[in-house]
Amino acid sequence: MYVAVKGGERAIDNAHAWLAEERRGSLDVAELSIAQIREQLALAVNRVMAEGSLYDPDLAALAIKQARGDMIEAIFLIRAYRTTLPRFGYSNPIDTADMACDRRISATFKDAPGGQVLGPTFDYTHRLLDFALAAEGEVPEAPQGQARTEPTPHITGFLNREGLIQTEDENDDVPGDLTREPLELPADRALRLQSLTRGDEGFVLGMAYSTQRGYARNHAFVGELRIGKVEVEMDIPELGFAIDIGEIEVTECETVNQFAGSKTEPPQFTRGYGLVFGQSERKSISMALVDRALRWKELGEDNMGAPAQDEEFVLYHSDNIQATGFLEHIKLPHYVDFQSELELIRKLRREAMGEVQEAAE
Amino acid sequence: MSDYNFAYLDEQTKRMIRRAILKGLAIPGYQVPFASREMPMPYGWGTGGVQVSAATLTPDDTMKVIDQGADDTTNAVSIRKFFEKTAGVATTEETAEASVIQTRHRIPEEPLREDQILVYQVPIPEPLRFLEPSEVETRKMHSLEEYGLMHVKLYEDISRHGAIATSYAYPVKVEGRYVMDPSPIPKFDNPKMEMAAIQLFGAGREQRIYAVPPYTQVVSLDFDDYPFEATKADAACDLCGAEDSYLDEVIMDDAGGRMFVCSDTDYCCSRRKAGFVGAKGTAFEEDAA
Repeated sequence: MYVAVKGGERAIDNAHAWLAEERRGSLDVAELSIAQIREQLALAVNRVMAEGSLYDPDLAALAIKQARGDMIEAIFLIRAYRTTLPRFGYSNPIDTADMACDRRISATFKDAPGGQVLGPTFDYTHRLLDFALAAEGEVPEAPQGQARTEPTPHITGFLNREGLIQTEDENDDVPGDLTREPLELPADRALRLQSLTRGDEGFVLGMAYSTQRGYARNHAFVGELRIGKVEVEMDIPELGFAIDIGEIEVTECETVNQFAGSKTEPPQFTRGYGLVFGQSERKSISMALVDRALRWKELGEDNMGAPAQDEEFVLYHSDNIQATGFLEHIKLPHYVDFQSELELIRKLRREAMGEVQEAAE
Repeated sequence: MSDYNFAYLDEQTKRMIRRAILKGLAIPGYQVPFASREMPMPYGWGTGGVQVSAATLTPDDTMKVIDQGADDTTNAVSIRKFFEKTAGVATTEETAEASVIQTRHRIPEEPLREDQILVYQVPIPEPLRFLEPSEVETRKMHSLEEYGLMHVKLYEDISRHGAIATSYAYPVKVEGRYVMDPSPIPKFDNPKMEMAAIQLFGAGREQRIYAVPPYTQVVSLDFDDYPFEATKADAACDLCGAEDSYLDEVIMDDAGGRMFVCSDTDYCCSRRKAGFVGAKGTAFEEDAA
């Protein structure tokens, strides 16, 4: 005998209790602290801050812990928290030319003022599992160098001087805010960059990779990649001037792209731009490539029909919180719709079979 | 619950949503863009409906939440709990008791009144989306009232299958102007959309709100020679015997045995309380559930 299914509420409570237990794992193993995650899983923390659009390493670490290491879940926690925060105002644009660089490399010049600084990179490590890490041990101290005190100039500035690279029009327009206004198309570059910087790393990487493989190829050189801390300033109306309100770590990538000229533009190098919270190299390079691909219209290039050129396609599908929510919602009950489909398919089959029957007779 | 504002959203956000709702009511069936917020539940799980409900609720309201017609499905429970916690409003499972009803995929069987608001959760607000993937294009089609593509689709259905092969989210035309997605309700529910209550539709991920004011004309698209038909399983509810309600089919055993039950649990329950008994039902007892 069928009894209408009840007990959803109890099932939910029990599922959550079980989840909490699973999250903690075996009690024989010490619990992870937020500080451990923040310090030792820093790149995961960076990704959560970048895609969560909230610069707070401790909250990002907490989100990773609560999400059991599921990055998208952690990003979701941060986003949901972020929307509840009051908005006091907007900071001044950060000045990345004043960055205290931990890392700064250029693939276009062998050397340049400020030098090539490798910084803490995986780049030339051999990807061999280090079994010594399985045992706890002390890390030998890294050699110290002399910190550079003067600002490190941007590489593209050198190309600028010769007029070899397309110049960006300066303007003081206040950029739109993707988190406060609905996305409407066409989107300007500021909005596209906002969307890309919080977009899913895997998605933006895949889009960027597709341009390298020929879908709207725009052959990119990494003109410069720099990682380091920049100061954040805000105008305080009561004071009448700007004060530093903190310091954030960002990764900036400027690509220099080949460009043979178009109907409207002379031959020159063109730019792609990536800027991401924390040390997020892969993401910022990807972002710069996709940014460049999306600029086809303003540069008078042809639309090759490539996915990375289609701003509607890129912007509507880059957000992993939207994507995962909608994807996973198909787990929810759909039996009302399914029932109506069942009836329709039965009816259509009845009619189709009837026709077959008639034809046979 | 003092950590969050009444009904979770801050007043500025609610104001922004209310403006979108009012615009939607002023232009029935038109999709109003709004700056949807990230909610503490996933996109695709009713965030649009939740934001519309949050902007609509007052402390005196009584809320009902249903999913697939039922109050006790997990996501309905979760959303109801959310409002109990953040708004502290009274909740009910009885359709007649509720002033705000948030729904996913159904319209309650019991006719709604003028003092009620029905809030729909909408996954894809654009009825033309599966014919034209680009939002830029579909917005243009709406503004030019260019709905030929939709009629071609329905016509192709008929020429291929002998019937319009859409059984839920069946497109409607509102007040003779906008073609609108009624959300994925079964087409059985479409005729109910000409009702006394206010109908609000929220699509969070897609950042759209739209509305149907009371007593507005809502016509399911069809052809003169292939008129629209609201269909349901050709059976009666096995628990309460109702012949006029939308039915879910429940698989009973490995041998393909099945029974039909009302999808609207409150409707079924109140009928059983009133003494109606279906073919496989038993007389109602308070704690049978």
